[in-house]
Amino acid sequence: MTKATQAPEPARPAGAEGPRQTLVTGIGVAAPNGLGTRAWWDAVLCGRTGLGPITRFDASGYPVRIAGEIPGFVDEDHIPSRLLPSTDRGTRIALVAAEEALRDANVSPADLPAYGAGVITASSAGGAEFGERGLAALWSKGAQHVSAYQSFASFHAAAPAQISIRHRLRGHGSTVVSEQAGGIDALARARRRIRDGACLMVTGGIDSTLCAWGWAAHLADGRLSPATEPARAYRPFAATADGHAVGEGGALLVLEDARAAARRGATGYGVIAGCAATFDGPDRPTLRQAAELALADAGLAPEHVDVVFADGAAERRADLVESQALCALFGPYGVPVTVPKTMTGRLGAGGSALDVAAALLALREKVVPPTTGTGRVADDCPLDLVTGAPRELPRLRVALVLARGRGGFNSAAVLRAPQTQ
Amino acid sequence: MNRVVITGIGVVAPGAVGTAGFWDLLTVGRTATRRVTLFDACGYRSRVAAEVDFTPAAHGFDLADTERLDRAAQFALVAAREAVADSGVADRIGRNPLRTGVSLGSAIGCTTSLATQYAILSDCGTTWTLDHTEAAESLYDYFVPSSLAATVARDRGAQGPVALVSSGCTSGLDAVGHGADLIREGSADIVVAGGTEAPIVPIAMACFDRLRLTSSRNDDPATASRPFDRTRDGFVLGEGAAVLVLEELEHARRRGARPYAELSAVTAHSSAHHMTGLRPGALEMADAIRAALDQARLNPADVDYISAHGAGTRHNDRHETHALKESLGGSAHRVPVSSIKSMIGHALGAAGALDLAASALAIRHDTVPPTANLHEPDPTCDLDYTPLFAREQRTSTVLTVASGFGGFHTAAVLTRPRLKEAA
Repeated sequence: MTKATQAPEPARPAGAEGPRQTLVTGIGVAAPNGLGTRAWWDAVLCGRTGLGPITRFDASGYPVRIAGEIPGFVDEDHIPSRLLPSTDRGTRIALVAAEEALRDANVSPADLPAYGAGVITASSAGGAEFGERGLAALWSKGAQHVSAYQSFASFHAAAPAQISIRHRLRGHGSTVVSEQAGGIDALARARRRIRDGACLMVTGGIDSTLCAWGWAAHLADGRLSPATEPARAYRPFAATADGHAVGEGGALLVLEDARAAARRGATGYGVIAGCAATFDGPDRPTLRQAAELALADAGLAPEHVDVVFADGAAERRADLVESQALCALFGPYGVPVTVPKTMTGRLGAGGSALDVAAALLALREKVVPPTTGTGRVADDCPLDLVTGAPRELPRLRVALVLARGRGGFNSAAVLRAPQTQ
Repeated sequence: MNRVVITGIGVVAPGAVGTAGFWDLLTVGRTATRRVTLFDACGYRSRVAAEVDFTPAAHGFDLADTERLDRAAQFALVAAREAVADSGVADRIGRNPLRTGVSLGSAIGCTTSLATQYAILSDCGTTWTLDHTEAAESLYDYFVPSSLAATVARDRGAQGPVALVSSGCTSGLDAVGHGADLIREGSADIVVAGGTEAPIVPIAMACFDRLRLTSSRNDDPATASRPFDRTRDGFVLGEGAAVLVLEELEHARRRGARPYAELSAVTAHSSAHHMTGLRPGALEMADAIRAALDQARLNPADVDYISAHGAGTRHNDRHETHALKESLGGSAHRVPVSSIKSMIGHALGAAGALDLAASALAIRHDTVPPTANLHEPDPTCDLDYTPLFAREQRTSTVLTVASGFGGFHTAAVLTRPRLKEAA
């Protein structure tokens, strides 16, 4: 349902007194339904799932045996052999996504001022698989069998550090952790550096927990769907929602100061117009407040929002909380809502970063990707959920992306089509 | 741009739980390093550590809490409670929870619980097929260390921006820098910020053993941490937490708070050189220090004390000395420097926060903590490292430096708060 009338969008001050605008000029994707931005986006528009039987470890003994693995990602094909012994799967995926994002931005970091480019990314589980191997070596063989690379291969800051070394990015390097909300929180942190004067930031989120150790943690957590068919394993806002599926990967983005990007002729995918984060109180969800604060930060009102990329927990209670927040902001059926991560599973910190990438491509191509899995939306969730075919929205200009991290984290980002469009 | 002051401090450190005891330990110059008692370190190359004598029950944790909450979470809770009580800001948080954030730093998160859980699930390493039915309900929370920040946020009633920051051994400074960013841009009035770490477990000790980065002075644990000394042979692993209450200057002024210090700058650079090695020439660390002073609009001559990273490894101390000389020029030789790691060891992601706590206390008490165990100066480390004894001196501007794996270098500047002047 497209809005009949669109409220005029207030002009943002572009002068020196307004904060520097932050433009996304590069996207790199490694997702279960596509390695590389183009392959993934094609799959998303076709509604093609990346969920399937687990092959990365022996899952035959576990009650849940499907997940989203990145198709055809053979580590050895992408990573220099000297880096293989000292990197975790998640770091390798991040290196590949960073490479693509920087290539896509068509910028050479070497040409930037000395500390003008940094890397702030999100991770949830750090080097889970490397961590498993280290603990296995320790307990089965003893301390001297732990890898000399253990400490810096499995710590959470491995990805930004390796990306900074690979591309000689000497600005701020850091990792933010807020579970699924991390991808947006990293974006917000990176945007602060652009506002402070950095030229370029690599940001986003990547996670990989597809190993026996990570799987045990997901199972202990008890939020995975018990479904045995991929099509039924992640159905947000369905009356029969029974949990989510897990995948690996995510997206990395290149952010630049909009004016600097314009000077070199880059139009970019979209502007990070607003970001905000809140934390739930006891019996007081604050997802709605996160969305409101992000809109206020963008200088926009709910009526300016053309599409919402929802968190889509696929747990009844959490779905109701999100549906109520969206209805309070936009009214019942007030705005198109989508959860394309139904095709990848929840990706830890990578999920919200991939949603930002999806929102940016939606802004560029004026099309909303569908939510798969959820056949019929529950009656108590009066949402205009985009299912089936992608929905063309010729006037799509503003997207709201929501994410929630386990424990009470809420983050929201408001993205706007570039001014030139 | 809003200004940020520190109005509360909470500390859980080796040798002292509580800010008063921590400051007493530092100014007396007592070392808290000892033979490892938290596990049987027999067979390890390094068998010394700086451990916190921590009795969970004494801090109100019941058996269920103790089992569920990682040691790092318990440290963080105790430090955060002290910091919030110290600042007197609890009622403000209650009145406006959405304007209160949490930013905690940790390098290795809930490693203590992960190691224990792995032993249970793998039947002590005998099987690769992990039995998930044996897992603790919180196993996923141990994987994802934002649970540490969430625990503190829930406990203190914060509902603003909450996150865990992880950047290796600069995590503590980086997390406080993130908290300051939130206040500067107006996303929060109060941020409970700091670092926590509990790394004295076999897997972490094994990691540093393999890299030969920790001290093997096992026969003399009390003097094993010797930053800047000619005989230093590595760092001594420490643990603990430090939490600061960061507050927007006007917010603090309106309620009549008495800040310890203004957080005038935090800057971070990467050397983009090597995951563990330091770049010769120390350019990036020196430039991070210069950038921090620029941001604070101060000159090298304004610095009264430098709280060094001072890990006590051969390379770090030389590299850092070089960076200080490069960035401060002639002033480097005039300013007292010290490393409190000589007394409390190196608590990885908590270290920067502990250093900031000590820096703020140095301003409050006009006293510079010493570098313990510094008897034989290293000729390549030729600054004034405040050996052995604390020094009473006017201390209005402190530079705090952190450095770590991944090539991350962070510098912060604290200044004496001037509450009367116009903002």
